[in-house]
Amino acid sequence: MDAKITDQINTDNAAKTRELICIVCPMGCHLSAQTENTADGTCRVLSVSGNTCPRGERYAREELTAPTRMVTGTVTIDGGIYPRLPVITSAPIPRERIFDVMEEIHQAHVCAPVQIHDIIIQNVCGLDADIVASRTMPLKEPAQ
Amino acid sequence: MYDILIIGAGICGTFIARDLSRYELKVALLDREDDIACGATMANSAIVHSGHDPEPGTLKARFNLEGSRMYEEICRQLGTVFRRCGAFVASASDEEDAVLDQLFARAQKRAIPSRILSRSEALQDEPHLADGVRRVLDLPTTAIITPWEIAIALAEEAVLNQTELLLSHTVTAIQKEQNGFLVTAQTGDGRQRMLRSRFVVDAAGVYADRIYAMAASDVPFAITPKRGEYYVIDREEHPLVSRVIYPVPSAKGKGVLAVPTIHGNLLIGPSSDPIEDKEDVGTTPWGLDYVQQQISKTVRDIPFHKVIRSFAGLRPSGSTHDFIVEEARDVPGLFLAAAIESPGLTAAPAISHYITEELIGSRIDLRPKKEYTKRQPPTPFHQLSPAQKNEWIRKNPVYGHMVCRCEHITEGEILEAIHRPVGARTIKGVKKRCRPGMGRCQGGFCEPLVAEILCRETDVTMEELFYMQDNVQKDIPGERRDNR
Amino acid sequence: MKKRDLVIIGGGSAGMAAAIAARKKGIQDILILERGSETGGILLQCIHNGFGLHTFGEELSGPSYAERFSDQIRDLGIEVETDALVLHMDSERKIIYTSPRSGFVTLDARCVVLAMGCRERPRGAIGIPGTRPAGIWTAGAAQRYVNLDGFLPGRRVFILGSGDIGLIMARRMTLEGAQVLGVAELMPYSNGLSRNLKQCLEDFHIPLYLSHTVTDIRGHHRVSSITISEVDDNRRPIAGTEKAFDVDTLLLSVGLLPENTLSEEAGIELHPRTRGPVVDQFLQTTVPGVFACGNVLHVHDLVDFVTAEGYMAGESAAHYLTAGLPQRASVPVTAGEGLSYVLPQRIHPDALPDTLTLSCRVLAPQRNVLLAVEKDGKLIKSVRRPVMLPAEMEKITLKKTEIEGVRESLRLRILPQSVCASPDTAK
Repeated sequence: MDAKITDQINTDNAAKTRELICIVCPMGCHLSAQTENTADGTCRVLSVSGNTCPRGERYAREELTAPTRMVTGTVTIDGGIYPRLPVITSAPIPRERIFDVMEEIHQAHVCAPVQIHDIIIQNVCGLDADIVASRTMPLKEPAQ
Repeated sequence: MYDILIIGAGICGTFIARDLSRYELKVALLDREDDIACGATMANSAIVHSGHDPEPGTLKARFNLEGSRMYEEICRQLGTVFRRCGAFVASASDEEDAVLDQLFARAQKRAIPSRILSRSEALQDEPHLADGVRRVLDLPTTAIITPWEIAIALAEEAVLNQTELLLSHTVTAIQKEQNGFLVTAQTGDGRQRMLRSRFVVDAAGVYADRIYAMAASDVPFAITPKRGEYYVIDREEHPLVSRVIYPVPSAKGKGVLAVPTIHGNLLIGPSSDPIEDKEDVGTTPWGLDYVQQQISKTVRDIPFHKVIRSFAGLRPSGSTHDFIVEEARDVPGLFLAAAIESPGLTAAPAISHYITEELIGSRIDLRPKKEYTKRQPPTPFHQLSPAQKNEWIRKNPVYGHMVCRCEHITEGEILEAIHRPVGARTIKGVKKRCRPGMGRCQGGFCEPLVAEILCRETDVTMEELFYMQDNVQKDIPGERRDNR
Repeated sequence: MKKRDLVIIGGGSAGMAAAIAARKKGIQDILILERGSETGGILLQCIHNGFGLHTFGEELSGPSYAERFSDQIRDLGIEVETDALVLHMDSERKIIYTSPRSGFVTLDARCVVLAMGCRERPRGAIGIPGTRPAGIWTAGAAQRYVNLDGFLPGRRVFILGSGDIGLIMARRMTLEGAQVLGVAELMPYSNGLSRNLKQCLEDFHIPLYLSHTVTDIRGHHRVSSITISEVDDNRRPIAGTEKAFDVDTLLLSVGLLPENTLSEEAGIELHPRTRGPVVDQFLQTTVPGVFACGNVLHVHDLVDFVTAEGYMAGESAAHYLTAGLPQRASVPVTAGEGLSYVLPQRIHPDALPDTLTLSCRVLAPQRNVLLAVEKDGKLIKSVRRPVMLPAEMEKITLKKTEIEGVRESLRLRILPQSVCASPDTAK
């Protein structure tokens, strides 16, 4: 899988204007951020404009420097009332690691019963987040 | 070595197979698709026409009239639904009035019950006739059926009486041999099979000319697919029309009809477009626009906002403008049921009877089987009383599990459709046999449930069920999936 | 015939909330009829997070959100019959349902809450031309295959409709290894939340084609390709703008319709815009003793609002059973300029609650407008709205004192902000 989930990488260090739409609330403010690339290759936000509240600025800074996402998926489960158990990360993980986390989720295999919040994968990909069950999965009653 | 190999499991092929299965013969019924009735039999107006329309002296006239008189008894024997709803032919101009009178005279001459009604008389029975309708020809013997239900029932009965059913077999070559034919077929899993048969019946629908061409150097006819597009309108407690409404026929054919269906839907169509591609059953914006515009001449207030589906069927239209039902002149032993366009559905039992009894019967000794097994119709669960239903459910709780909430189809009925002779193996096959997915949600809710049942009962995976047939990439590298 | 005090049709988020509220108001005899094998409804297959921000202050997954309510149903000892499908209901609240355990059952309900949810518009309802191969699914059906069955129904996918389910499935299919080639939207704007546009499409570089629709589908057994075309201002395809995509799957996210077959059968008046029952301020339909809540009433975008509506329907049902409710609401509440609908559609002027919350939706995106309320033709209140989107339901709460004495009608409308003359009407 070679899907790209990082934004286009800036190769020079010059200041750049980045446009994004705020997703914190339905207002959908059009944000404009002045950024520059630091020596270690990360992005630094110099200023944010277009936001109508402080949450917009915080969002822009996070999204441009270290975007994170919650990841949800399913793992194979034996003996449950469904063949798949829905799972979720216990905390947001870096956006560029989504597919690595999915890979781990695809490898997991558990047996029913499972309680909601049970840890399915500890410290997934070393990202300080666990993969936990997002529902209780009871045992399937044997057919009569 | 078969005695007879029938190519094409549509309405003609299945009638012929069932009729031949009464006799001590080794018969095979072959089709390129994975189920019975996948071509014109699945996509037509579903009418048993009274026989008023075809030109005098044609095979269409003969077999239509004979067929329409056979259907009710055939459906009773098979346990399939037949409803004599009647029909009006509605005229809307002076010229059409003149044609209507000719049709009336023709119907009278053919002893078809018929009469002319004034607009006000007709409106009493059909209040939604369009404003322009002046008079109608009333044809009370016209009936509606479910064509694929009949084809499947015929195939079941043929198989119960030792007919071999060869589905997913595409004929690629036919060679004339000393004592018959060598037919080469490619199977769904890519194998080649060589089948020998004394006689071959070509009932291959739009491909009848290609099949003929495999056996003969010169084909005296061509089949052009005529595409007919239809709308299906949601079931209503009081359907807009209670009988078939025809316009006055023109050079283009019977025209755009309004047809009540057995299950309470309303069918509006067909358009009529000769096309090149024998596979192109796609609907088109212009075809459906034509249907909308034409139907307004005979019926008003059609609730097009309640359309649940549109579809197109290809009718095999012959260059001779009549059915071709004969032993091929330059290929002895090859029997043709070709160019069976409208009224082919109505004519099919009569065509089959003629091919079986007269054509094949003159070449081979037809000895009736001592024991003939009749088909047992599926449990008519819908028709049971609440007390009877509860009795069934107590014995078999799957009849209490409603899978299709639009058409009220239970898991029990789906299991039957899968496990009957000639049982369903695909989602479409289940839908054809017991209707889950035919309703207003079009399977959005029930299809995953039907898929689960099919996988469980026929021991296939979801991947096999949905990816079996076309060249879709089956595996994703590095991914492990476990769905069973 | 068995008699029941309260029958709730549907055990999803609306039905569970209604049952909980009714029980808390003292109704003992409650039966939830649920067609699935457990309570939770459509949430069970919505494994993504984002549910419950208003209700719990957390962003839960659908199954987690459902489980909190299923637990309460169990703890309160509310009776649920699963695998039970209601087949018929009449205007006397006679209900016929079937289940593998009970068979066909006829019930006489003193009170009914409709909570059947909604269904997706299928291909037939929008008339996409082309062939009818396998590989065309509503987004919700695909979601069920992927999330409950663990079956990936497509490898190369195109999506028609930018509603939230379509966007969520674009991401979901991508994460499971499918390639999503694009999403087409008939309107010049998306119907999804901007968060989903960002996190489901942009994150994965999935193109969104606004003002486009699917104009052809090809394939014999399975979809082999689809064609999209740009549409003009009347939403008709423009010749010469066709783009073809080789895909094996087309997912449809082209709208949700309240599931009202039973309501129609019972003679309940339906609203032409919401396609759900016409209700009064108690969420009572035009058939006395029958209430409606959740997506069967009008399609929601947030489950929190569904839950709130369920609570209200449950409380109203309890009032109806214990003290009775007034019948025949006399004052219409109507949608004026710029609005698609307002709920409730009728109120009882003599039984006004302390506050009355109206829900509405705009017909098209709006910026810097006023959402205004007219009482008997006179402007009584307006609130400023920087942004209003058709995808997002709006609410406005009126105090009893503001609407007391209403005789003819209440009317909601959108006004340009400049019209805001008297400063005291602005919030």
